[in-house]
Amino acid sequence: MTLDLALFVVLASVIAASAIGVVVAHTIVRSAVFLLFTLIGVAFLYFLIGAEFLGAAQLIVYVGGTLVLLVFGGMLTSGGPFQTLRVRRLEWLFGGFVALAIFAALAQVSLALGQRPTTDAPLPPGAGPLGVAFLTSHLLPFEIVSVHLLVVLVGAAYLARTRKRAALGSEDSASRRNGGTP
Amino acid sequence: MIPLSYILILSAFLFACGVLCIATKRNAIGILMGVELVLNAANINFVAFARYVPGFQMDGQVFAVMVIVLAAAEAAVALAIILNFYNNRNTVDVDEANQLRG
Repeated sequence: MTLDLALFVVLASVIAASAIGVVVAHTIVRSAVFLLFTLIGVAFLYFLIGAEFLGAAQLIVYVGGTLVLLVFGGMLTSGGPFQTLRVRRLEWLFGGFVALAIFAALAQVSLALGQRPTTDAPLPPGAGPLGVAFLTSHLLPFEIVSVHLLVVLVGAAYLARTRKRAALGSEDSASRRNGGTP
Repeated sequence: MIPLSYILILSAFLFACGVLCIATKRNAIGILMGVELVLNAANINFVAFARYVPGFQMDGQVFAVMVIVLAAAEAAVALAIILNFYNNRNTVDVDEANQLRG
C-alpha cells in the first residue's frame, strides 16, 4: 500500500464518518460541526489529488464562508437552545432505501468507469494556468458567474432586509416608532 | 496512485448521504446542509476526472470553481429566504410551508 493510498483511506474514512454524522445528528449545531469536518476532509482530498488551488478555494469559500453562513442561519432561526430534530422511523426507512439505491447505482457506474484505462497524467494545472484560462479560453463562464454573483448579492440583500411586521401588532409598533421612517 | 473508482465511490457515498439528509431533515437549514453535501460530491467527481482524464484537465477545475461559487451564492439566497420564512411563520419547519397548497 503506497503512501497515497493510505492517506486516501484515512481521508475517506473521516469524510464518510462525518457525512453520516451530518445526517444523524440531533441538533443543527452538531450537524454544522460534522459538516465542517466533511468540508475540510474534501479540501485535503483536493490537495492529495493535486488540485492545490481548488483545495485552497474550498477552504476559503466553503469552510470560511458558507459554513459560517449556515451557522449564523441556525443561530438566527432556532426557537430555543438545544432544540432537537425528530425524524420518524418510517422516514428513515424510506429515505435510507432511496439513498441506498442511489449509492448502489452510482457505485456500479463508478466501478465500470474505473475499468477504463486511465493514464497517469501529469498533475493538473496550478493556479497560474487556471487564471490564464479564466481570462482567455473560459472568459464567458467567468463573466456569467461574476454577473450572477452581483445579482445574488442584490437579491439576498433585498430578500433579507427587515420589513415592518404588518400582521402582528402594527398599531402599537407604529406608535412606538413615533412616526419614524416606515 | 489512487484508483479512480475509489474516489468515485467516495463521492457516490457523499451524494447518498446528502440525499438522505435532504429527505429526512425537517429543518430548512438541515436541508441546505444536505444540498452542500451533494454539491461537494459532484465537485469531487469533477476534480477526480480533471486529474485522471487527459483532455479534461483544465475544464474539470474550471467547472469545480464554478460549482464552489454557485454553492456559495445558493447558500446566501437560500438563507435569505429561510430568514424571511422565519419572520413570517416563526419556525423553519418545512412542513409548515404549505401556503401554496391547492
